[in-house]
Amino acid sequence: MAAPSPDVVVEAIVVAAPVTAAGRPPAQWRRLGASFWLPAGWLGVVTLLAVLAPLLHLADPNLQDLANRTGPPSPDHVMGTDDLGRDMLSRLVWGARISLTVGYASTLLGMTVGTLIGMGAGYLRGRLEAVIVAAMDALLAFPALVLILAITTFAGHDIRIIVGVIGFLGIPAFARVARANTLAVAQREFVLAARAMGAGELRILGLEILPNIVAPVLTFGLLGVAVAMIAEGTLAFLGLSVPPPAASWGAMIAEGRGDLDTAPLVSLIPAAVFFLTIFALNLAADRLRRVIDVRASRI
Amino acid sequence: MLSFVRGKVLHLVPVLFVVTCFSFLLTALLPGDLALVMAGPNATPQTVAALRSELRLDQPLPARYVDWVTRAVRGDLGTSPRSHQTVLSSIRERLPISLELLLLAELIGLVVAVPVGVASAYRAGGTLDQAASGAAFGILAIPGFVVAIVLIYLFAVQLDLVPATGYTPLTTNPLENLRSFFLPALTVGLTEAAAYTRLLRSDMIATLQEDYIAMARAKGLPTWHILLRHALKPSSFTLLTVLGINIGRLMGGALIVETIFALPGIGRLLVESIYARDLIVVQGVVAFVAVAFVLVNFGVDLLYAVLDPRIRHGRAVA
Repeated sequence: MAAPSPDVVVEAIVVAAPVTAAGRPPAQWRRLGASFWLPAGWLGVVTLLAVLAPLLHLADPNLQDLANRTGPPSPDHVMGTDDLGRDMLSRLVWGARISLTVGYASTLLGMTVGTLIGMGAGYLRGRLEAVIVAAMDALLAFPALVLILAITTFAGHDIRIIVGVIGFLGIPAFARVARANTLAVAQREFVLAARAMGAGELRILGLEILPNIVAPVLTFGLLGVAVAMIAEGTLAFLGLSVPPPAASWGAMIAEGRGDLDTAPLVSLIPAAVFFLTIFALNLAADRLRRVIDVRASRI
Repeated sequence: MLSFVRGKVLHLVPVLFVVTCFSFLLTALLPGDLALVMAGPNATPQTVAALRSELRLDQPLPARYVDWVTRAVRGDLGTSPRSHQTVLSSIRERLPISLELLLLAELIGLVVAVPVGVASAYRAGGTLDQAASGAAFGILAIPGFVVAIVLIYLFAVQLDLVPATGYTPLTTNPLENLRSFFLPALTVGLTEAAAYTRLLRSDMIATLQEDYIAMARAKGLPTWHILLRHALKPSSFTLLTVLGINIGRLMGGALIVETIFALPGIGRLLVESIYARDLIVVQGVVAFVAVAFVLVNFGVDLLYAVLDPRIRHGRAVA
């Protein structure tokens, strides 16, 4: 490869500087607007409640009170009680721990592995890329829910297994996003400049490529959390997630199904909370994507 | 065109190989003694031994795979040790129900999406467009089982129009059959409608910028004529692709929806076999579902090329 002339290098550094700079000024955070901060706020509150659940002095989420089944909201039970007389609010908060743990942890797993694979494929190209792309396509062609159901049924309903399976199935999607963005970045001048200055492949991947694909990958990650939470909710709804009596949002919706005609809130409250959380993740991701796209087109 | 098809077929072979491998490994790689797991805790050693030879657990993995695929190609997916019914006949029995659900759901999706999508694109940014976009975004964020619960609450509990669950065969009573399919088809169809509306809207907006549309307008053609006769067909390629993907996906039944509404389709068969740890049925149905998905997508790819000459000549613009 011909060495680039010095002015190309200088130009490349100037172009690259604002993109790789860590920490953005507050003005850019403000530009995200209410359609990002409202959903982000909801996610923050739900996450905080889930993390602080043991400190909140809530009723025991598994304490049954059969004299008070499907009770309406009261001072003792702000959101009423479920079909076994358990406190709904407490079960919602404790259920959030399971839903969010699976959502965040499996996304983290799929994102980390998928990004590494995708970056490798997009940067190193060649036969390796062809094999990776083919493998990812085949994995995407496989009905994911079927795989999750089958594996968790036979391997057990431990939360680590659920996280592992959902995370594994997220790998191809993240690999695709990472590869596409790597392809776009790998040809840019600052990568050329880094190589001209003698940087090794690993250094280029870690310090030049990674910082430039992190934003789109993280944005996609928000959607990934939503998808993972839906997958866990679906498992729980079928009774195949963490075993009872542990509360999980999907299981709560399923448990209230039989009482839809007499006590619809038992099912509809967790359904609403679940919907709002998924909706918030989608909204935040959508808003972030728009902002990032605009920035990308300005560069 | 021929070389295009040949290329597609060449791509199909490895995908089919990987997909069947996955279906096979799904049961082969699970921890523990498969025969013991399937036979259950109260089985006699004879039952376990019989199962072990039925599953060919004493042979090496590659031999078992080749054996399994060879028999599967001949239509022999094994026999359930639980119901003593062959997997293929179970699938044949359940498939019409999943297909009816697929048909009704896609019908609902298209009947809603085409007019709304076209109207939204025609007045992009208008009241209808904003309302439709917002609704579509919201619906797409609701997981299927939540949609189902809300629909059951609205239509079966509050309005008491249709049964909440249950299935009446078409041959017994066609009207009752349609009533039992209403909620499941609406559950799947609503999500499809939301997705299709968004796709059609964005493609249609792009088409309406084309010169030949301006030309048609200048000629004084009525708006509905321009929208439906000139703009709709070239705007529907993405919609058709996604429709194809969804049909492929729903061939395997709607797992959750069939379970919630107690429709005895393919998806329900799978869930039942998983609950009953009937691995031979799980393996067979998974293979069927995955291969059907791949083949339908293959068909859609070919159809796409027939509809859009740019693709088969490799000049498609991204």
